Amino acid sequence: MNFKIGIKEVVAMGIGTALFVVLTNVQIPLIVVPNTALQPRMAILAFLSAVFGPIVGLVVGLVGHALGDALFYGSVWWSWVIPDGIVGLAIGFFANKFAVKEGGFVNSKNIILFNIVQVVVNAVAWIICAPVLDILIFAEPANKVFAQGAFAFLGNIVVIGILGTILLVAYSKIAGGSNNLQAED
Amino acid sequence: MEKEISPIIEFENLSFKYRAQKEPTLKDINLKIYPGEKILIAGQSGSGKSTLAHLLNALIPCSYAGDQSGSLRVSGQEPAGLGVFGMSKIVGTVLQDTDGQFIALTVGEDIAFALENDNVPQEEMFKKVNEVAGKLELTSFMENAPGELSGGQKQRVSLGGVMACDVKILLFDEPLANLDPATGKRTIALIDEIMHDEDMTVIIIEHRLEDVLYRDVDRIVLMDQGRIIADMTPDDMLSSDILVQNGIREPLYVSAMKAAGARVLADTHPQHIESMDIAPYKDTIRSWYHSIPFHEVKTSDESVLTVTDLEFCYDEKRKIIDKVSFDIKKGEIVSLVGKNGAGKSTLASLICGFYKPDNGTILLNGQDISPLSIKERGEKIGYVMQSPNQMISKPMIMEEVGLGLASRGVPEDEIRQRAEEILKICGLYPFRNWPVSALSFGQKKRVSIASILIMNPEILILDEPTAGQDYMHYTEIMEFLKDIREKLGITIIMITHDMHLMLEYTDRTLVLTDGKLIMDAAPSEVLTNSEICDRAYLKRTSLYDLALKCDIDEPGEFAARFIDFERSASK
Amino acid sequence: MSRLISYEKKNTPVHKLSGFTKLVFFIVWCMASALTFDTRILLTMLVMGLIIYKISDVKWKQVSTIFAAVMFFMVINLTCIFFFAPYQGTVIYGTKTEIAHLFGNYSLTQEQLFYEFNVFIKYFTVIPAVFIFLTTTDPSELASSLNGIGVPYSIAYSLEIALRYIPDVQDEFRRIKNAQEARGIEMSNKGRLIDRIKNVAIIIFPLLFSTMERIDVVSNAMELRGFGKKKTRSWYSRKPLRTADYAVIVFIILFFVATMVITYADGSRYFNPFV
Repeated sequence: MNFKIGIKEVVAMGIGTALFVVLTNVQIPLIVVPNTALQPRMAILAFLSAVFGPIVGLVVGLVGHALGDALFYGSVWWSWVIPDGIVGLAIGFFANKFAVKEGGFVNSKNIILFNIVQVVVNAVAWIICAPVLDILIFAEPANKVFAQGAFAFLGNIVVIGILGTILLVAYSKIAGGSNNLQAED
Repeated sequence: MEKEISPIIEFENLSFKYRAQKEPTLKDINLKIYPGEKILIAGQSGSGKSTLAHLLNALIPCSYAGDQSGSLRVSGQEPAGLGVFGMSKIVGTVLQDTDGQFIALTVGEDIAFALENDNVPQEEMFKKVNEVAGKLELTSFMENAPGELSGGQKQRVSLGGVMACDVKILLFDEPLANLDPATGKRTIALIDEIMHDEDMTVIIIEHRLEDVLYRDVDRIVLMDQGRIIADMTPDDMLSSDILVQNGIREPLYVSAMKAAGARVLADTHPQHIESMDIAPYKDTIRSWYHSIPFHEVKTSDESVLTVTDLEFCYDEKRKIIDKVSFDIKKGEIVSLVGKNGAGKSTLASLICGFYKPDNGTILLNGQDISPLSIKERGEKIGYVMQSPNQMISKPMIMEEVGLGLASRGVPEDEIRQRAEEILKICGLYPFRNWPVSALSFGQKKRVSIASILIMNPEILILDEPTAGQDYMHYTEIMEFLKDIREKLGITIIMITHDMHLMLEYTDRTLVLTDGKLIMDAAPSEVLTNSEICDRAYLKRTSLYDLALKCDIDEPGEFAARFIDFERSASK
Repeated sequence: MSRLISYEKKNTPVHKLSGFTKLVFFIVWCMASALTFDTRILLTMLVMGLIIYKISDVKWKQVSTIFAAVMFFMVINLTCIFFFAPYQGTVIYGTKTEIAHLFGNYSLTQEQLFYEFNVFIKYFTVIPAVFIFLTTTDPSELASSLNGIGVPYSIAYSLEIALRYIPDVQDEFRRIKNAQEARGIEMSNKGRLIDRIKNVAIIIFPLLFSTMERIDVVSNAMELRGFGKKKTRSWYSRKPLRTADYAVIVFIILFFVATMVITYADGSRYFNPFV
């Protein structure tokens, strides 16, 4: 596991957070119902965790979400900030396995592992953690927050599953370099 | 130079091979640099000059591992032993990317960055930062964010950041790459002042030789394929042909003198055109000038893009584009120049439809394009961003080139056929099944241009097509553009800071200053007009000075004839 | 970036406080607001928040658009609560005082109204705090303040880097989006979901790739300037604590203790006017 924080990780946290914040209001609306849009920034979070490890994922999730909330919406929903941190942290635990920078994220084994991890982590974050925090802090009705959590769960697994996977595969192909290429006539 | 003084930098039989590579990048380097010298290191990309720099600041071997033999001593110490942190107190490195080097939120903080890392108490930091800022005339910007500074100011902040550590050696990695010509000139003057005031040794890595030679340089070290192939005074080097043979561009006045058939001699001091003794060559140059046919201007009379009274502002305060009108003919190559913030990118964005103008009209082939969406305009006016990495979004070349058509629902067979066609034109056909990542920067640039050309636009707008490229890659990109203009009859507009590019490759130049179009003329006229050059932060071409020194009273015509001569010679 | 809240240099007592003090105040304040559900305390905090808002001379123009966005969100949220659980208030307060029957199983009760009112003001204790914090705290001080409360300096510094590069990344995003749009890739609401996601991928990929390059450049630059070599670092823009800072910190800690004591004194988190 990659708990070591070098300069590159510090910078990845910083610039990764900036990217996450910038993408706060980039959303893909699913249906007309508000607050259910897909959030591409979640794919960025998953990407950065998978590349740089758990600490970077945790910080980008927590700081990025809190800062994005504060700058764009003038409030901070801590009950939704913390689950983002959990997602970033947990995906990051597998960073060494994915070996994205070394070109390892091109085989189906890693892609499947990544998606299993992200589904499990998102379930913990959005079906358990976020609703429980909402109940604890705001005493919100259980059925409402679990419904919201379920929506967030579905949205995030779709966006990380498709967009996150596309980004990781493409980046891994590029970063890993390629051998055995021959010019053709 | 008193040679009894011991060198501050000494490479002895040094070779270095990166771990991932088969061949050594540096071979048998022997180089002595003495305190107080100013050394210019020149060479093409891949010649090993950045590797040399990495050895000096200990990024090699601390960040980039590899095998090293021979020895290097800087200020009596071994960089590898001191590490990057230790070396940062001896050698101050100013990187090419001033945005990357500006790390903190404000000027003051950024100058203090290294001091903060060294745990210097706040009081002491304030004193030191103020002192450095004073020397660099940054005192009135201390609380400014990087976004509020010009490129030249950012570079002064970078310089301040390393000066705060009282370094002995300043190492500049392509300091001119992102600056407009006038600012570049000022930077070179500033470096000269600082090194004399502070008693420093300066190493500049740069391929824009003429601009660095604006102030005296002690020696030029020329590198090629990992070796030092020449180490001599500028006067000696300019009077030989070694630069041209190794793909480095000579100062333009030197090229012109050589083109005229003059044998440039070191004792006439060709380092600066201003102080050079031109008398021995005067007659040769004059008779050559009169032997070249009059420069002819051929233009088509078919307008392709007509802009009339265009106006735009972000807020009410200041007009970014102010009553701009011009007319571009079919097949022309036009350069759009002016200092940073003059409105060049905004003008391009208005033409592409990224912004809506407040006033004025844009006609394409006589038709008003204001009703067209960005996507619809994209089919007629292609826009290529500065870095290909900002455009490439597919891992495979074929996919990337076909993307614009795919998004327009063109059937797959047709996409494939058109992609192959365009790849042939762009010389990329042999690589059609490669991933983009396997290509060189120049090839990637061609991919990004190909992916626009496939939509068959009538106009191609390029933002800084050659920024940061050495002469060889510059020539490769520009010859490619010239070639597609001939093959496809396309009209090309280029935003550029490069005076050579303007002069050599463009038919016409639009000069913007503070949102106003202040000149619309042939590049040779623009670059020999001192008043316009001053206002627009351009640098008057040295051909102008050469012409005047030879008593040729039409310097514009002299410049134009020289370019004509060069073009016909290259054919 | 015009829509985002940003720091404005002024000379109010709140501006003069150290960033460290404001960060501690903000965090403790948010904790108090999160833990309590006592209407009296929430109202007190609301009033205090508005007073500090006034003192810190935040201009309505700076925050109005964002305020509208947050209100929109609140209305939806409060409506949702009602539709999901019309008797949540009854469950919490243990009584049921019906005002009117609406339809089906839905009746409007005083308890529900009171509960939703509490949720509403609970949000409104945080919103002014965020506005005040962001408009009065020099971003340059944030990293040193985080380091001051015990966050390792490398992680604290990442916040400085984030704030530094948000405008640059924002600008790059806009330019890439424009260029891709000209190629025909749009982020529209039309088309199949999978295609829309793919289009977003096409726009985001170059941005991500260039972000990764930027990370390399910036980390090299930081290494060359000696970042991370020592166990601690000093801060150019740290404001030293003055008497007023100590007073504010002592106050907010006492205030927090008081809110907890008052809230939980009767064994319940809620203030119950119905019994």
